[in-house]
Amino acid sequence: MVEYLARRLVQALVLLFLLSLILFGLISAVPGGLMTAYENNPDITPEDYARLQAKYGLDQPVPVRYVKWLGNVLRGDWGTSFVSKRPVMQEIGDRLPNTLLLMGLAELVTLLIAIPLGIYSSLRQYSLFDHVATTFAFAGQSLPVFWFGLVLIIIFAVTLKGPTGAPLLPGSGMATPNAPFSLVDRVRHLILPVTMLSLVSAAGYMRFMRSAMLDVVNQDYVRTARAKGMAEKEVVFKHALRNALIPVVTLVALDIPTLFFGAVFTERIFAWPGMGRLYIDAAFKTDYPVLMALLLISGALIIFSNLLADLLYAYLDPRIKYT
Amino acid sequence: MTHSSSAPMTAEALPPAQSLFRFFLRRFVRHRMALLGALTMALLVFLIAAAPVTARYDPLKQDLRHRFQPPSWEHWMGTDELGRDMWARTLYGGRISLTVGLLAMAVAITIGSIFGISAGYYGGWVDTVLMRITDVFLALPRLFVLILLTTFLRAADIPGIEPGSFWPIAVVIGIMAWMTVARLVRASTLELRERDFVAAARSLGESDVRIMAQHIFPNVISPIIVSATLGLAGAIISESGLSFLGFGVQLPTPTWGNMLSGAQSQLLIAPWTAIFPGLMIFIVVIAINYIGDGLRDALDPRHVMKRG
Repeated sequence: MVEYLARRLVQALVLLFLLSLILFGLISAVPGGLMTAYENNPDITPEDYARLQAKYGLDQPVPVRYVKWLGNVLRGDWGTSFVSKRPVMQEIGDRLPNTLLLMGLAELVTLLIAIPLGIYSSLRQYSLFDHVATTFAFAGQSLPVFWFGLVLIIIFAVTLKGPTGAPLLPGSGMATPNAPFSLVDRVRHLILPVTMLSLVSAAGYMRFMRSAMLDVVNQDYVRTARAKGMAEKEVVFKHALRNALIPVVTLVALDIPTLFFGAVFTERIFAWPGMGRLYIDAAFKTDYPVLMALLLISGALIIFSNLLADLLYAYLDPRIKYT
Repeated sequence: MTHSSSAPMTAEALPPAQSLFRFFLRRFVRHRMALLGALTMALLVFLIAAAPVTARYDPLKQDLRHRFQPPSWEHWMGTDELGRDMWARTLYGGRISLTVGLLAMAVAITIGSIFGISAGYYGGWVDTVLMRITDVFLALPRLFVLILLTTFLRAADIPGIEPGSFWPIAVVIGIMAWMTVARLVRASTLELRERDFVAAARSLGESDVRIMAQHIFPNVISPIIVSATLGLAGAIISESGLSFLGFGVQLPTPTWGNMLSGAQSQLLIAPWTAIFPGLMIFIVVIAINYIGDGLRDALDPRHVMKRG
């Protein structure tokens, strides 16, 4: 077990290192950024240009820059944003809670919708309910999220009006501008983005939960439980569900990166100041330090959530051996 | 063609009297939603291919006196902020969106097949290296890297790439989408490698490349076709998503994604400009996904048909 864990960790670290090399190379190859603005500026002499380049460390060859950058990152210094001139970690620190709030809530709503529906659908396989639910889920998985977000705005923030004649729900931002913070206001601003995120991913989870249940229901141990004369409720919840949830739990583990970075379209559409917006803004302005930090952190989260999913699977299902 | 319900069992029990293709076709046709998807796609592709006939307006022609017209007999999908006909733009945009999707899928399938077959056939260190590369690509945050790569395409002055052309975006989407194909093909190849006909070919002195191309590839084509179909839907979503964010195909060339991007700021005054392009993406993607579902049922003999 310890040996297995150590090997997987080493593998993950090697992968992460390769990732950082590739991403750094890629980013360095993207032209533009802060220096292009100076290049086209007639007031800046070649000497000034060289001095500025040296100031940001852009005069050195890419490998040297990589080693320096890596050294700084290992000491916890992710550099300074070219655009805002603030430390990258501060930028992330400002945005991360907003995204986590949005995505955490969306994940919760997703699971609360999808798991009961998936279970019910599987227990009534081929019933009318099952057909309707799986058809909706299939459609939901084909729905382009960004369009769904726009449709939600058209319906709830443009067309439908509340009792006061104002739109039923706010269609952008985290709070009403210039209003003191209130929980009701925050919740109202969360409804549409959370709906956009969770309905689409609930579709996928529902189909997954349903097929996981169907896999388990036909297993011998479930038949044995029934043959013993166990109550149906107990068979379903004690024997079937607990086993069917194992793959679902690992899927939730694989969702960890999306909790941090999964709301790019939502944040864009609803003007939600989160991590996705930070990335898009940085990409438009080729803000290398911010881009590099976000890319590497999201890559690291993908690698470690995969590792976590494997470990969870092995932990929850004793039939699986560490190899 | 005889209707499947008239002789439901014979088609299964008897070996196909005509061709294997007819057999697949019969299984596919029985999947009603897949058939519906195929018909929908056929109709859409016809409308889009015949856009010069089916659209009465030029998609780029501005008419500022008729901006923001709601849908009417004159403009079936209304007009946008520059008075351009939305129906024409949606059809011409569909040309770009579908072409980008097909091209991206072709790139993904090509890379994935080459990686998967080589890794599975050679095994050993070739397998290790190719699969580690696949792992690295799987660990990349896809949307973020796509945004980065399209930024790169736009900013870098690469000879041969005209600014605003759409094919580099398709290539980039394909480069980020081949990994599942590679894994599927590798798994199938590992199985096939041990078969007698491969050993026979090898004992006849056929070269590795020839064995892979002529003996292995035809046998892994079914999983490739299925994942190509689902990959096409994914590529269309990727293109429209990137264009929606402003990193994909650039205006004035219309695609479903960048039409939505423009529509976002005018939801209050012209919601139809946001409804139609997105509806097209939705219809196309759901149709393709159903086709993929039907193909999986038809091509995979182990896969049990859902209904008789």
